[in-house]
Amino acid sequence: MKHYSVWKKVGVLMAGAALLFPAAVLAGEAKGTIKIASQSPLSGGQAALGEGIKLGTQLAVEQLKGSVEKLGFKVELVPYDDQAKPDVGVANAKNIIADKDILVVIGHLNSGVAIPSSEVYKDAQLAMISPANTNPKITDRNLMNVSRVCGRDDVQGAVGAEFAKSLKIKTAYVIHDKTTYGQGVAEFFRDDSKKLGIEVAGFEGTEEKSNFDPIITPIKAKKPGLIYFGGIYDQAAPFFKQVFEKGVKAKFLGPDGMDSSDLTKIAGKAVVGMYYTTTAGPVALYPKAKKFADDYKTKFGKSPEPYAAESFDSTAIALKALEAAIKGAGGKLPAREAVSVQIRKTKHEGITGSIEFDEKGDRKKAGYFVLQVVSDDPAKWGENKLIKRLEIAPPALKK
Amino acid sequence: MDYPLLIAIFPQVLLDGLILGFMYALIALGYTMVYGVLEFINFAHSEIFVLGAFVGVEILLGLKAAGVLDSLSPFLVLVLLLLAGMAASGLLAVLVERVAYRPLRGAPRLVPLISAIGVSFFLQDAIRLFESIWNNAFNLVYPTMDQLNYRFQLTENIDVPVKSLVVIAAALLMLWALHLLVNRTKVGKAIRAVAEDQPTASLMGINVNRIISLTFLIGGAMGGAAGVLFGIQYGLINPYTGFIPGLKAFTAAVLGGIGNIPGAMMGGLVLGLLEAFAASYLSLLTGGAFGAEYKDIFAFSILILILIFRPKGLLGEVVRERT
Amino acid sequence: MAWLTAVLNRPWPATALVVAVIGLSSFAVAHYPRSIIAFLLFQASILLLYLARIGPRLKGGLGVLTLGVLMPILGTINGYYMEVAIQVGIFIALALGLNIVVGLAGLLDLGYVAFYAVGAYTWAIFGSPQAGEFISESVAHFPLGGWWFFVFLFLAVATGATTGILLGLPVLRLRGDYLAIVTLGFGEVIRVLANNLDKPINLTNGPKGITPIGRPPLFFQPALEAVGIHASPAALYPLYFYFLVLLIVGVVILVNRRLEDSHIGRAWEAIREDEVAAQAMGVPLVRMKLLAFACGASFAGAMGVVFSAKQVFINPESFTFLESIGVLSMVILGGMGSIPGAILGAAVVTILNLQVLKGLSLWLNTLRNAGVTILGYNLANLPTQLEPAKYERMIFGLILVLMMIYRPQGILPARRRTRELGGG
Repeated sequence: MKHYSVWKKVGVLMAGAALLFPAAVLAGEAKGTIKIASQSPLSGGQAALGEGIKLGTQLAVEQLKGSVEKLGFKVELVPYDDQAKPDVGVANAKNIIADKDILVVIGHLNSGVAIPSSEVYKDAQLAMISPANTNPKITDRNLMNVSRVCGRDDVQGAVGAEFAKSLKIKTAYVIHDKTTYGQGVAEFFRDDSKKLGIEVAGFEGTEEKSNFDPIITPIKAKKPGLIYFGGIYDQAAPFFKQVFEKGVKAKFLGPDGMDSSDLTKIAGKAVVGMYYTTTAGPVALYPKAKKFADDYKTKFGKSPEPYAAESFDSTAIALKALEAAIKGAGGKLPAREAVSVQIRKTKHEGITGSIEFDEKGDRKKAGYFVLQVVSDDPAKWGENKLIKRLEIAPPALKK
Repeated sequence: MDYPLLIAIFPQVLLDGLILGFMYALIALGYTMVYGVLEFINFAHSEIFVLGAFVGVEILLGLKAAGVLDSLSPFLVLVLLLLAGMAASGLLAVLVERVAYRPLRGAPRLVPLISAIGVSFFLQDAIRLFESIWNNAFNLVYPTMDQLNYRFQLTENIDVPVKSLVVIAAALLMLWALHLLVNRTKVGKAIRAVAEDQPTASLMGINVNRIISLTFLIGGAMGGAAGVLFGIQYGLINPYTGFIPGLKAFTAAVLGGIGNIPGAMMGGLVLGLLEAFAASYLSLLTGGAFGAEYKDIFAFSILILILIFRPKGLLGEVVRERT
Repeated sequence: MAWLTAVLNRPWPATALVVAVIGLSSFAVAHYPRSIIAFLLFQASILLLYLARIGPRLKGGLGVLTLGVLMPILGTINGYYMEVAIQVGIFIALALGLNIVVGLAGLLDLGYVAFYAVGAYTWAIFGSPQAGEFISESVAHFPLGGWWFFVFLFLAVATGATTGILLGLPVLRLRGDYLAIVTLGFGEVIRVLANNLDKPINLTNGPKGITPIGRPPLFFQPALEAVGIHASPAALYPLYFYFLVLLIVGVVILVNRRLEDSHIGRAWEAIREDEVAAQAMGVPLVRMKLLAFACGASFAGAMGVVFSAKQVFINPESFTFLESIGVLSMVILGGMGSIPGAILGAAVVTILNLQVLKGLSLWLNTLRNAGVTILGYNLANLPTQLEPAKYERMIFGLILVLMMIYRPQGILPARRRTRELGGG
């Protein structure tokens, strides 16, 4: 009977599958649906920030889809989880371009995922608007379908270095997480610090998530005035916590990957007083963002995470561009290329300021902020102290 | 070459290595004991280890939420955590053995191995699922207990936090207790008998199934204790934290001679020390060309080298005679 | 289900059934391109075709029709299916390679993905601007042009084999479990090296990965243009890779078949069953074991080249322990030592990961968007924590355990294993 048991299993599988069939058929799209996809890490250590991107997009779709729906198209959000891994992002990207209804992608969180995924989008000329990817390579490739609403790491690293200089730091020790983003911004910080006369006592990369002792020992012996961690909060928090507990007396500085209430949730007292640079200003800063913050809290039960506001703006731009593209296509479903073109042309007064794109997709005037952590209570993350605020134009493409 | 620096950090690195080594030793015990009686690599042991850590953190978080954490003596809390972790992990190990390994007792070697890998994957995500629903978190943080973080500043470069001492003391205690158990008690004798020759042991009246379950219980409990200590020492865990330390601990067990309990302890210590030294010194010695990133494969490279010259491990393996 | 076997055993009913299923499912996919069930049915039809007792010429003809004509057409309708088909093909080759090492020779290799990585990185480094980082412009200009891809394909067979021998040499004396752990370590070593060889010389660009990687030239494009078919590279490449993979898989199957029935294959099986006895019978252990490693590794190396060209981007994350276990499970689930088993295992596991789980997630999402309620519970409130795609590992693990307990010989076992491990 063992022989037949295989067939039993096959039969059960197919029966189970058959149950899904009607739903799958029903799920076959009705004519006239436009989908906006979001790709960000929804699971794993960086999920807090990734969720923020998805929810910001979701809020915008719900609030602003009216203008597109009036033209006869239903608008839906399709969230994807790229798990902060490049190959998952690429696999999802292939799935996304196969779905003809998806005309825009809002994502990603990690530059290391965004760059290869955008190569896939490029093949289909599918537009990608990034609320959070700060690595220069995102736009330096001059792809017509990639734009971003946030700032760049070559500027952010310089801002960090200048700030360190202003704190009269003489030696700095730089650690990074070996990702495109973390290593990228750490390198910019290191190079600019050297130019400003700060001695860089060490530059180490690590993928370690729990046990930083062996790395901290040499740092402690070198006694730097500042420790810079190029990476994301889920790694930085335990690192800084252990550094603090080992009694290393140095100031802490990090890039926008630090910008999450989970940083204090994990590290507690260790990071109070620490500084970080970011290209996503705290929501409290933007006058128009108050309504957004209130709506977000009402709908999702928590304060908006960093990059939620940028996602909201990105989606708003996407919807505006969709509207223009539909009209340009005479009321029919527009081509992806047309949507990409329209996005570049869009000027938008968003909740994070006025947004306009330059010829390679960078935001013409991006904001850079230096903030200081004031409390070890994660709920008070929004109250972090603004030390400095700059608006800097993106560097031009190097020929 | 900054020699004063290299020498100055030496004691601290030594200490870090010892702590790491003791943890690996505790985890390695689980692998080696199971291998001794069943000749089988329990791949799921890394998850059993991490479960201990999770049980520990949940209890701590519960105590903290109830507001009583600060008022209790840290040593009391520690004992509670260890007992809970050991119990949870031990029981999980027994359960896994019953469900996933016992039905495969007679099968060729590869079959239970695959099953073990399957269990490992299953548990990783099961813990993740549970935590994402219960705590909506992926990374869990051990609440700090200030007394444990107090540091003795011996010299400028050496400081010994209380929790490191606690970890070492707890590990030593457990290793010694295990030694007593295996070598001085009747139960220990039974375990050794089953490890040496299963059919004859059963002929001697030993309930082999019960002894095997007991072995899993003890090995799992050791792993669970290691988990709690890991959480206390490093502060942050997530469902996938178990994999790499588990792998290294198994390497340590093989290093010392698989099936050999003192071997596992030694292997763990050696590996921990090597790793700590590699992590701290590699970058300094090579001028930044090779850094701490290589510490993980350092362990494997050493293993491969040792196995080439001493295929039975450092202290020789203790597995049953092949009939 | 007895009726199914009965039908498949008689030529005419079998032919009718198979043709019907192929036809129906193709129709379904063409009209409901987003329906995963339809595509699963189509894939199942290929399995039915294999199992059916139809004459070889008819079988071959139907096979060519399904794989050579229908599949590409369906793949053009929904590009994702092409992607799935190519991935399945790549994993089939990998599973067949590992089948030699584990299934035939009985050498438990837990780090098989290392050979795959070596092949992939070989092409990635030289087929992209990466090599320019450490080889000056005066020597050669990188990336190497498209035709070099084929050169590297053959080169990768050689580098794969070399790596296999390099791994094999130190582990020859080791017993089964030690071998497992050492091969596992080797797999990790390769991954960590790939992740960290961005200094002092930038060989692999570390975790950032290497991109863009060159692809073989579309030499047939002018011919197509002449006939009046204007297709963009983006549309042509998937088809190109599909046929390339199909070709390579065909070669691999052929080589495997020949090896299996040769004295080498028999020597391997002897080693697997009882090393001491094999040696006593005069089987040169060292040479045969090294040969097993080399063969298995060479398939992986070649596929690595194809993989990196197809992906245009690779990074060390694609070559983790999970991948090694994935390939191992394909061999085990399908049936160790059995060629059709390895193929089926590869197909099942890949489709499970790529389609079924993702499909479930997407389907859940569609329901959520539509505001469907089940038993009064509005699915819109289902937390993201419960998305099936995130639990691929768990389901995978569960399948492994269940398969080992209930059917350790695999779905399509080699006849010998069946006698050994379980009932017929």
